[in-house]
Amino acid sequence: MEDFHGLIGLRRAFRAGKTRGIEWRMCQLRALLKLVSENEARFFEALEQDLGKHPVEAYRDEIGVLKKSADHALLNIKKWMAPKKGHLPLLLFPSRAEVLPEPLGTVLIFGSWNFPISLTLDPLVGAISAGNTVVVKPSELAPACSSLICQTIPLYLDREAIRVVEGGSDVADKLLQQQWDKIFFTGSPRVGRIIMTAAAKHLTPVTLELGGKCPVILDSFSESDLKVVVKRIVGGKWGPCAGQACIGIDYLLVQKKLASHLIESLKACIKKFYGDDVKSLQSICRIVNKNHFDRVCSLLEEPSVGASVIYGGSLDRENLMIEPTVLLDPPVDAPIMTDEIFGPLLPIITLDKIEDSIDFINARPKPLAIYAFTHNNKLKDQILQETSSGSVTFNDTMIQFICDSLPFGGVGQSGFGRYHGKYSFDTFSHEKAVLHRSFYLELEPRYPPWNDFKLEFIRLAYNFEYVGLLLLLLGLRRRYTSSRSH
Amino acid sequence: MAVEAEAAARELRATYATGKTKSFEWRSSQLKAIQKIVSLHSDEIVEALRSDLQKPEFESVVHEISGVSASCKLALKELNRWMKPQKVKTSLITFPSSAKIVSEPFGVVLVISAWNFPLLLSLDPVVGAIAAGNAVVLKPSESSPATSSLLAKLVGKYMDASAVRVVEGAVAETAALLEQKWDKILYTGGGKVGRIVLSAAAKHLTPVILELGGKCPVVVDSAVNLKVAARRIIAGKWCANSGQTCISPDYIITTKDFAPQLVNALSAQLDKFFGKEPLRSKELSSIVNIHHFNRLVKLLDDDEVSRKIVRGGERDQSNLKIAPTIISGVSTDSLLMDEEIFGPILPIITVDQIEECVGVINAKEKPLAAYLFTNDKKLEDKFVRNISAGAMIINDTVIHFFEAGLPFGGVGGSGMGAYHGKFSFDAFSHKKALLKRSFAVDISARYPPYTPGKRRFLRAVVQGNLLDILRSLYSCW
Repeated sequence: MEDFHGLIGLRRAFRAGKTRGIEWRMCQLRALLKLVSENEARFFEALEQDLGKHPVEAYRDEIGVLKKSADHALLNIKKWMAPKKGHLPLLLFPSRAEVLPEPLGTVLIFGSWNFPISLTLDPLVGAISAGNTVVVKPSELAPACSSLICQTIPLYLDREAIRVVEGGSDVADKLLQQQWDKIFFTGSPRVGRIIMTAAAKHLTPVTLELGGKCPVILDSFSESDLKVVVKRIVGGKWGPCAGQACIGIDYLLVQKKLASHLIESLKACIKKFYGDDVKSLQSICRIVNKNHFDRVCSLLEEPSVGASVIYGGSLDRENLMIEPTVLLDPPVDAPIMTDEIFGPLLPIITLDKIEDSIDFINARPKPLAIYAFTHNNKLKDQILQETSSGSVTFNDTMIQFICDSLPFGGVGQSGFGRYHGKYSFDTFSHEKAVLHRSFYLELEPRYPPWNDFKLEFIRLAYNFEYVGLLLLLLGLRRRYTSSRSH
Repeated sequence: MAVEAEAAARELRATYATGKTKSFEWRSSQLKAIQKIVSLHSDEIVEALRSDLQKPEFESVVHEISGVSASCKLALKELNRWMKPQKVKTSLITFPSSAKIVSEPFGVVLVISAWNFPLLLSLDPVVGAIAAGNAVVLKPSESSPATSSLLAKLVGKYMDASAVRVVEGAVAETAALLEQKWDKILYTGGGKVGRIVLSAAAKHLTPVILELGGKCPVVVDSAVNLKVAARRIIAGKWCANSGQTCISPDYIITTKDFAPQLVNALSAQLDKFFGKEPLRSKELSSIVNIHHFNRLVKLLDDDEVSRKIVRGGERDQSNLKIAPTIISGVSTDSLLMDEEIFGPILPIITVDQIEECVGVINAKEKPLAAYLFTNDKKLEDKFVRNISAGAMIINDTVIHFFEAGLPFGGVGGSGMGAYHGKFSFDAFSHKKALLKRSFAVDISARYPPYTPGKRRFLRAVVQGNLLDILRSLYSCW
């Protein structure tokens, strides 16, 4: 049988118990931190090459995230690995119960191209902390990063337990034919379906971190607050990979009468952050490749959509740059409003009243994130209770991503499963229930031959009616009488 | 049938969209309705289970009716607490902010049940789905037709038909249901259909819980209280649906030296429990149908197997009963060790040293449960540390099922996801992350134009070093 990329070796290493001890796991996490700090300049270069990502953005969204994640894991791994004690009812006395986290085995991680370092290596932190052996498949659409990861990982991490496999969809297909104990995928719903279908053949559990159209709901604000709001919206739309982010703002909902003032503020902020000449934009990524460039451009092709562009719209195909573009009320059935944009175009949809945003969002697939800028507590409650999304953030954008105590994951079309912080550890673990019983204190009613007494005993026991049990044992309680005699 | 499936999905989705199922009042009213079903109609339930499985009244009441009732009671007691959002800590990086995790229902969920505990495995997941605020379609197993039809009648009578529906039927109806889009699916059954369910769910990106089976091993060490061990093994194997239970002991591993004593102890207790003519005992369930009966008889009549029978082997086709049967000295490549037995046949594998059990068990798919009888702490540690299973019990069998504080589910070939108790509520809830931020502090380092000063600041923040943060803040402005 062909040993695809040394998979047999990985499984053998796992069975030999190599990855189980806390020392191995911590050693690998420290090695990963070393890898990142000693190669930081090379990572910045690779990100610049693949996406035109500015080092500050690269540090904020990729290197810094990874460092924080590995540090957090090192700090907490002992606690995470400890069994959780269960409390047992009196009836099972004397017993002891616990839930023991254990690794799943050999796991497969598919990275993504938009945050090719953090979305590939952050799940790796989780897989290692949980004690698994791992194959990492970075995205081929970010080739410099993929190649750097492939070069550096074997130099720092345990090659018997952690492997990087590079390649395109043919390699991915072959990987999917193998048997894994878990698959972790970040990417589009379309490929998510392919992954899950392949996983189904082997009953492999999967975590799918997908995308969606993440809306911003913008209520009314004072002038001073609006300054901050606009910065957060602009920073949240074009800051992360020029809008090519799963939790990036996709579109904005605002009350009609506030739209024009908002648009003026947005324009000013965009100019300040990025400049206004598509040939010399600053601090913003480019589109990853010609395919995606053409895809994003095609969203503007329809005349009614083109006509709704009120800022930007300039294109530089040679450098794969699209100017930050704002649209006002494009038709809601055009692809720009039905497909995830994943690019630097921001449609603004105006409503009569801001509460209408709830129905608007609910008419569409559940997104990975909903952002709402409002001081109105009633509106906040409504949004929370009447919409569904992976997460909800009030009065900011993107930042929920770095909150380690919050689970990061989707629902519905935006995926299932979650990670970050302890959730990363959990997602790559099986929680095994272990019950320890003693030989003493035998419960006769467990065993046949059955009779009414035993029946009543157990019925009371299940309902935790200890007083009734006592009465029954003392002969002071009427027994259950069945309508069928034995 | 496709029409019924599509109509059920559509109507329940419309009901869910009204928000009706999210309220505490609706959820507790439905849970109370389930309690009513099992308490007011226990006689009919016992009768249906007898018709489907010849299940002794005791098993029906103890395993099924009381199980459902206890689940409802726990959910009603804890629902308020379970529904409350959970506050979580935030760090310096997002200061100032507050964060919570909010439990919300998935929407419209599908529960596909099994035939061996047709009431429990139908209503227990439904309790979880409703407690979490979902609308539910329940598809009971067609192999337990009397219970399926009774469930359809009672759920229709007592529960909110606009949000809780029973759809009966066999393969065609199940396939039609699986074509629809659900927000979550819980399936109990075998691995083959489990794969089909997972593939169908993949089309809609529906998350799934699979409660499958496996070959649950029992390892018996020599220095144990043999009488108690034997009784507990028998209780788990033959007092629960005649071995047709996902967590029943499937096979035993013990040392060559100890095997004869174990067989004697089991035999002696079997006499006490079922008498000298077990086929006539009212305490013994029958095999569910002729197809499974023939499958088990075929195993028994295999040459390799039949000559190693040390107890039992009798069968009564007219009543679909097979006597508790023990087969000793079975080899690991025997027919009996291929698939899950799911019947009253118990093979014993013998090894030289008891520690070899780890290798035997790990050569197979991860089981739903693994059991060890021992007083040796070292063996216990080795067992727990080196074997993966849904759950493990030291010195008992099956009883973890009834402990609501423990998650019940498989791993690898025995399934994915877990439920029971609060785990049921969590299984059917989406845990939504909520972050509330203030305008009070806005860090310019987040925004372009990017400067080296901003990079220093971000680095310091990530390191969590307060001094560096202050230093870089100073140089930033």
